[in-house]
Amino acid sequence: MSIERHEIEKLATLARIAIDDSTINEVSERLGSVLELVDQLQAADTSGVDPMSHPMQATQRLREDEVKELNQREALQATAPDTEDGLFLVPKVIE
Amino acid sequence: MHNLTIAELIRGLRSKEFSSVELTQHFLTRIAELDPSYNAVITVTADQALKAAAAADQRLAAGNAPALCGIPILHKDIFCTNGVRTSCGSKMLDNFVPPYNATVVENFEQAGAVVLGKTNMDEFAMGSSNETSFYGPVKNPWATDCVPGGSSGGSAAAVAARLAPGATATDTGGSIRQPAALCGITGLKPTYGRVSRWGMIAFASSLDQGGPMARTAEDCAIMLNCMASFDDKDSTCIERDVPDYSATIGNSIKGLRIGVPSEYFSEGLNPGTEQAVRAALAELEVQGAELVDISLPNTGLSVPAYYVIAPAEASANLSRFDGVKYGYRCEDPTDLQDLYTRTRAEGFGEEVQRRILIGTYCLSAGYYDAYYGKAQQVRQLIQQDFAKAFEKVDVIMGPTCPSPAFKFGSKGDDPVAMYLEDIYTIATNLAGLPGMSLPCGMVDDKPVGLQIIGNYFDEARMLNVAHEYQQATDWHRAAPEGLL
Repeated sequence: MSIERHEIEKLATLARIAIDDSTINEVSERLGSVLELVDQLQAADTSGVDPMSHPMQATQRLREDEVKELNQREALQATAPDTEDGLFLVPKVIE
Repeated sequence: MHNLTIAELIRGLRSKEFSSVELTQHFLTRIAELDPSYNAVITVTADQALKAAAAADQRLAAGNAPALCGIPILHKDIFCTNGVRTSCGSKMLDNFVPPYNATVVENFEQAGAVVLGKTNMDEFAMGSSNETSFYGPVKNPWATDCVPGGSSGGSAAAVAARLAPGATATDTGGSIRQPAALCGITGLKPTYGRVSRWGMIAFASSLDQGGPMARTAEDCAIMLNCMASFDDKDSTCIERDVPDYSATIGNSIKGLRIGVPSEYFSEGLNPGTEQAVRAALAELEVQGAELVDISLPNTGLSVPAYYVIAPAEASANLSRFDGVKYGYRCEDPTDLQDLYTRTRAEGFGEEVQRRILIGTYCLSAGYYDAYYGKAQQVRQLIQQDFAKAFEKVDVIMGPTCPSPAFKFGSKGDDPVAMYLEDIYTIATNLAGLPGMSLPCGMVDDKPVGLQIIGNYFDEARMLNVAHEYQQATDWHRAAPEGLL
């Protein structure tokens, strides 16, 4: 099973990963091999089976909306590639 | 000192046979001298470790020492450590120094453990051989031309090489059990929700679970006592009392019903591995356990289901690595798109990119029901298989992986060959069940792992069975040549 070039290009856009043109065939071949593996699922009879999202059917815990943590902006931004005045910097977005 | 178990080291520290500073220095020296051959440790925190050890010695002297006071351990480099680089085996996080501790790290700190450093791993825990690490592969101490398994290969190799008496690890599809098997040590993946995932860098959130690695089941019990806790900060952590896992490990296993699934002894299993596992089952029979033939008919679907669910969740989790808030950023981005796409192409390795792309494919419009929806249904079938089996048996046993450690590069270019390495371990993650691996023999001078799968929250019983087996056998005492 192989995936068409335009599909790989679409995936790369969706996943925000630049794929070099020279490696597209290789990427396609290896993804195809994995998809062949997962396509074995299609043979399973799952009619009437509920999809499982949590092994113990746990539900989301709720809590009171109260402040427990103090703002740690400086500590957290210390690991960022580029910041200024408490803001994350990225290349110019609006001309 | 490096051949003593954690249980023995605790006694040694308390009876003043040696100090924590001496013990810590001993392991730091071993890491410095031996690890260049194994590449098991990414970051050594020698100064902090010696300071922590000195503080531990004071508490030991004062007589108010907590459970693991002064015991040196290593953390897998997936657990965030305050002020210490946490790379997750990736170039993406090569410069990432977290401003906080993971709950697991915090628990060990509270228990007085001394952290020697952070262990190597497959990038973002995606791999079964440690070959995907940005820091280079870990070598198996039993045969340095072979893989240690993955993704917790650094933790497993470090424990096997006696660079630390215990280490933390994580398991999404077999990442504790398979390297434990390949390196001849004992490792436990607890029930999903038993150990907090907070501060543990996420791979596939509905499958990821942290657990201990050590040389014996008794030591894993001691470590789990500290690792397991309810944590408000992890929304999937289960609110449930943590038993004292050490209290029950000596119980008799007479009358224990062991399920032996035919699907775990089928085509593809190395004959030497099968022989070792069957011999272990026979030994447990001698101790009074009863073997019951069972079937887990949907076993064959577990690898396909996993390679939809895990990549799908990974593609969502890893979207946070965008070159803006932390981690790697590409040089001179021309615009925001270029910043994102090049940062991710340069920062992630090949296997991680592949899984993100697969996950993106499975979740994309038009494919969601056929892949993700279907895989979640199959997951239900797999869970039902186990539920049915546990009506008849107390634990399930079989091999941890199909064969002993393989040579670097031997799985070739096809990713699927590597994925099948986890054929016996993946189903327990999909079902959320606990699983463990312990050494039970040797094939071609390389260790074989016996897998124990338990019912939900039945870790105490699994540790008990493993301990009783280790009381009667000495596979867990075997060491790679020159390392005793």
